[in-house]
Amino acid sequence: MTPFDYARPIDAADALRRGAIAGTAYLGGGTNLVDLMRETVARPERLVDVSGLPAAIEETEDGGLLIAAAVRNTALAEHRIVRARYPLLSRAILAGASAQIRNMATVGGNLLQRTRCTYFYDTEGSRCNKRQPGSGCDAREGFNRIHAVLGGSDACVATHPSDMCVALAALDATVHVDGPAGPRTIPFADFHRLPGDRPDRDTNLELGDLVTAVALPPLPAGTRSTYRKVRDRASYAFALVSVATTLELEGDRIKQVRIAFGGVAHKPWRAMRAEAALLDRPATHQAFLDAAAAEFVDARPLRDNAFKPALASRTLAAVLEELAMGDAA
Amino acid sequence: MSLIVNGKQVHGPADPRVSLLDHLREDLHLTGTKKGCNQGACGACTVLVDGERILSCLALAVQYDGRAITTIEGLAGGDALHPLQAAFVEHDGFQCGYCTPGQICSAIGMASELERGVPSHVSADLAADAQWTREEIQERMSGNLCRCGAHNGIVDAIRATFATEASA
Ligand SMILES: Cc1cc2nc3c(=O)[nH]c(=O)nc-3n(C[C@H](O)[C@H](O)[C@H](O)COP(=O)(O)OP(=O)(O)OC[C@H]3O[C@@H](n4cnc5c(N)ncnc54)[C@H](O)[C@@H]3O)c2cc1C
Ligand code: FES
Ligand code: FES
Repeated sequence: MTPFDYARPIDAADALRRGAIAGTAYLGGGTNLVDLMRETVARPERLVDVSGLPAAIEETEDGGLLIAAAVRNTALAEHRIVRARYPLLSRAILAGASAQIRNMATVGGNLLQRTRCTYFYDTEGSRCNKRQPGSGCDAREGFNRIHAVLGGSDACVATHPSDMCVALAALDATVHVDGPAGPRTIPFADFHRLPGDRPDRDTNLELGDLVTAVALPPLPAGTRSTYRKVRDRASYAFALVSVATTLELEGDRIKQVRIAFGGVAHKPWRAMRAEAALLDRPATHQAFLDAAAAEFVDARPLRDNAFKPALASRTLAAVLEELAMGDAA
Repeated sequence: MSLIVNGKQVHGPADPRVSLLDHLREDLHLTGTKKGCNQGACGACTVLVDGERILSCLALAVQYDGRAITTIEGLAGGDALHPLQAAFVEHDGFQCGYCTPGQICSAIGMASELERGVPSHVSADLAADAQWTREEIQERMSGNLCRCGAHNGIVDAIRATFATEASA
């Protein structure tokens, strides 16, 4: 680890003042950043510890929820309103990492966690445009089982590893940000970026921007939702693919459906094509498979991950079928 | 800065780079807490902070200024083992013992999570109180690997210690 100064701000304004200086990183639970610093992938000169800022979960006037960035992952997953009204969010968080890590990890840090691409981590032996812009990408022709099949670029085929963010994408969450340019809100779909020729930038945040909260809109009554993760072992492993989905039926027709995939792209992948294909259609297994096919028609699998479109499609169909029958948890 | 480790106030490290794990082991010579992977993947370094289980390898010690840390050394009362320690002996909850301090601290943290109603990935009903089933314990302890494969004994020891008559 390279040396750094550590500061604990007294409030968000203090954090913003300190965070506006180049070379500074905000520190949440440290479960990703400490690891990246130890590997010298990240080399901040100053850490501003925002893990002690207020960590409230509040109901909003529109019937939604406002979740402060410092809320721990466990606290969010166990919150009674989240369990009752946003089960896909509880389930997504509980499917991630381990209990110890969820006790440490913050909502802000979960949003900003970086890819688990092994070439990104390998500072000594690998080229990585995300870690070192312009150096090249060893994943394209390398071991790329966990990499992207949608939205990748010549420069980068990394995936975003978060489970929680897949649920937030399906929920149309809004990210509250404060920074040198003042406070603003960013729709979840515009928060993370596709790699293009700037894979070093995971999100649309600018220098000094602090995530202050995440807002969830209410889900219409009668909406069912869940999260399904497919991984190499039953627990404590990152997703190969995952699906977060909400479904509202009218009779046997689909009135409203929202779908997001994890493990397939550089960002949580909101499946707009699949949603459009399902709207107003009867909720049948074939319709679900057709919708998934529409989403993955442009998939560009790599050497080791050609299984992902089919796996993600079958997972989506299985989950929607359970939701439609009313027996998914 | 200072920490309260097993009830005693101690100094924190001078260098903010020092992890809580290294501080416990190298500076305070509390070597019960183990370093397996040093990257969050094994759980050997699990300790309790104000009763909550965390990974000390991914924790910078400075972040825990003023907090109460409990390590494996803080569980027994003199020569009297903590009931969970005794249960690990009785149920063959270990072979080499390397993962054991982390397993035991983790299980104590898990017990309070389960008691306050935190659901898990395998809980069928998010609204219902979780039960002390094998499946629940296995999922909740998945952050602690055991290379000797003592997992079944570990689950037995945990159930014997914490499961109430109602759910045992
Ligand atoms: C072994 C292991 C397994 C894991 N498995 C999974 C898994 O299966 N699924 C999953 O989803 N995740 C998994 N994770 C990742 C884990 O969820 C993240 O490490 C965690 O969510 C990061 O949160 P943190 O608060 O610890 O962030 P930190 O490590 O403190 O910070 C992460 C990044 O966020 C930035 N940051 C923090 N807070 C803010 C803020 N308020 N505003 C702006 N920037 C901020 C930091 O500067 C840093 O760049 C795993 C991690 C480990 C170590
Ligand atoms: S040493 Fe901390 S998790 Fe392995
Ligand atoms: S007892 Fe040997 S690693 Fe668990």
